Amino acid sequence: MITAERKPLDEILELVGDKKKILVAGCDTCVAICLTGGEKEAEILASELRIKAEQEGRAVEVEHTAAIRQCEWEYLDMIAEKIEQADVVLSMACGIGIQSLAEKFAPKLVMPAVNTNMLGMPQEHAVWLERCGACGECVIGETAGICPVVRCSKSLMNGPCGGSHDGKCEVTTPEKEDIDCAWALIWERLKAQGREELMFVNRPPKNWSKSSSGGPRKMVREEAKPV
Amino acid sequence: MAVPEAAEAAAPKKFVDPDFEPEIIVFACHYCAYAAADLAGSMRLQYPTNIRMIKLPCTGKLEVIHLLRAIEAGADGVYAAGCMEGECHYLKGNLWARKRVDHVKDLLAELGIEPERVEMFNMSSAMGAKFAEVATEFTELIKQLGPNPVKREGVSPHAAAREALGGVAMPDQAESSVAVTVEEGHAE
Repeated sequence: MITAERKPLDEILELVGDKKKILVAGCDTCVAICLTGGEKEAEILASELRIKAEQEGRAVEVEHTAAIRQCEWEYLDMIAEKIEQADVVLSMACGIGIQSLAEKFAPKLVMPAVNTNMLGMPQEHAVWLERCGACGECVIGETAGICPVVRCSKSLMNGPCGGSHDGKCEVTTPEKEDIDCAWALIWERLKAQGREELMFVNRPPKNWSKSSSGGPRKMVREEAKPV
Repeated sequence: MAVPEAAEAAAPKKFVDPDFEPEIIVFACHYCAYAAADLAGSMRLQYPTNIRMIKLPCTGKLEVIHLLRAIEAGADGVYAAGCMEGECHYLKGNLWARKRVDHVKDLLAELGIEPERVEMFNMSSAMGAKFAEVATEFTELIKQLGPNPVKREGVSPHAAAREALGGVAMPDQAESSVAVTVEEGHAE
């Protein structure tokens, strides 16, 4: 799923500026599952904004709402009325949802209340790990189902590098302790699958034009387009 | 001269208004703190009248927004009183509550409001004296902190907290006697 983290309150307050009618718009799909931007979190942020305004003696109206999915036009219709009435909409959806909302209701001021950070999976309750870089050309068939693009700190196609020690990556920061070396994981799983020879295949440089380096991507399914 | 200045900054003198009577919302677990309050009453123990209780089936039902709503509505202090750790009727409700209280402390710090205004306490139904002690000490702490900066005339934190809880809040003792009997029947 797409994961996001809420921006610090000070940054959100700066984005809102002196606007009087604020709508906090949550999204009840990915960002709700990662406990960042669903209706519950939208209600919490709205409450925080009201408390802050009261403290500073500013008269503002802060409401909250949530779309079932902010990234689809149809679901945005369901919250249209509240959006029309707001001076500024603080969207807690991922970058896709925020842009859909901004586009549908342009030139309405729509601001991001979250930082979208990855395509991750919940490793355990309340812990998410990055699993996919949406690179446009999946290689995990050759790498034992482990993505070297996002799970190797250097996105190496021919790993491991010299920084792999006892199965751990040399990249360590206070936030990113104890990263598994993706290529050590790949090696172990290839061995378990009896496919060690894949480790010795020399992979040419990856074609990054299929990733975001090739410009904005577009997908069309002709067979599914409405007639 | 820098030393006395630093010492002064570390321990700022609070202005304590002797007439300030804080309004404190207590989210009390039906199985422990609420019963402890009953016991405190039976034991004729004195505790401040500043606290307003809301009974919950378990502090695990308490969410971040419930605590925040009470603060938003002007509660000077809010605390959750759940069972002793390891003794929760629903196993881990009180542990969840503590995490949520801690999160609200972070949110308050972000807002520039003293995190100490929100707290979590643990007690058993047999701890009437502890209930009175916690109520007294917390009220004293809030008196030291002074009024909630977002206090407004005509807004009842107790009513706001109850409203935020919706159906989660349990009726008061007199109304709930039937429900308690039914649950005890299940336990047998």
